[in-house]
Amino acid sequence: MEKNEKIINFLEEFLTEELDETIKLSLDSKLFGGGGPLDSMALVTLIVELEEFLEDEYNVNITLADEKAMSRRTSPFSRVSYLIDYLNEKINNE
Amino acid sequence: MNKKIYLITGDRKGIGRSLSEYYLSKGHLVIGCSRSGSDLVHKNYDHKICDVADENAVKYLVLFIRKKHKRIDVLINNAGMASMNHILTTPVITFQKLVDTNFKGTFLFIREGSKIMRKNGGCIINFSTVASPLNLEGEAIYASTKAAIEKLTKISAHELSSFNIRVNCIGPTPVLTDLIKAVPKNKIEKLLSSQAIKRLGRFDDVKNVINFYCSEKSNFITGQTIFLGGV
Repeated sequence: MEKNEKIINFLEEFLTEELDETIKLSLDSKLFGGGGPLDSMALVTLIVELEEFLEDEYNVNITLADEKAMSRRTSPFSRVSYLIDYLNEKINNE
Repeated sequence: MNKKIYLITGDRKGIGRSLSEYYLSKGHLVIGCSRSGSDLVHKNYDHKICDVADENAVKYLVLFIRKKHKRIDVLINNAGMASMNHILTTPVITFQKLVDTNFKGTFLFIREGSKIMRKNGGCIINFSTVASPLNLEGEAIYASTKAAIEKLTKISAHELSSFNIRVNCIGPTPVLTDLIKAVPKNKIEKLLSSQAIKRLGRFDDVKNVINFYCSEKSNFITGQTIFLGGV
């Protein structure tokens, strides 16, 4: 399975469990803020679970909530496509 | 017996070593860490070299535990350093080392440890000191880092309670360890005289409070700091 597809699957599984309803995502789907389904505690949990996912799938041990990510004008956690770009950036820089 | 997994920082000697030996003797699994190697050998013991202020080292240690044990039940943030100096003659490097080892180290282990504790819940014990409430002269920076740990304990207790993680703190009196070996005898005497119970602390006093915090019956206790000796 392609990396981006794996990430979307992971996000769908996470949101389905978190929101207790079946969630299908596209690259344009919102995640956090501006009408996205995640509240701040769910975002914290998502970040932690994503770190574990990246460790297990790609053997990279990274901190996603770094200063750069948090101070970006456009949050990498606001939309699926932004998050995928951000994760790929982190994996490639590792 | 319910075998638990303990992560104890700074356990090469002193209180940390005593705690590791104690929990091993009770049949638990212990993972210890310190900046240099440990000679403690036990079938249920793993030791990793780790500077508690090194973010990557802490992350790799916790990753090792996640891969091997899947969980941490009890995290004891014992690693710490002390330094006595008048504020007018305290070098910045000393300030930085104290902040890094005591405060940053505790923060990093709470953050990374909680990431795997959140699935099964757990108990975190931080270390303050009686030097904090006693406002001891010569310990401005050391005591300040410990006061910061008390505040970190309180707020992280709130933030982590939804994950069934309890965070508490112990403030020991001086215990005969390397940490106080450089403190002049008259300073120790003066400190003891300000306690309600005027004696040095013992390892057992510390274990007793930790066992109290970690007891199943203490599941309504979080965000607290207990000072020994009646301070």
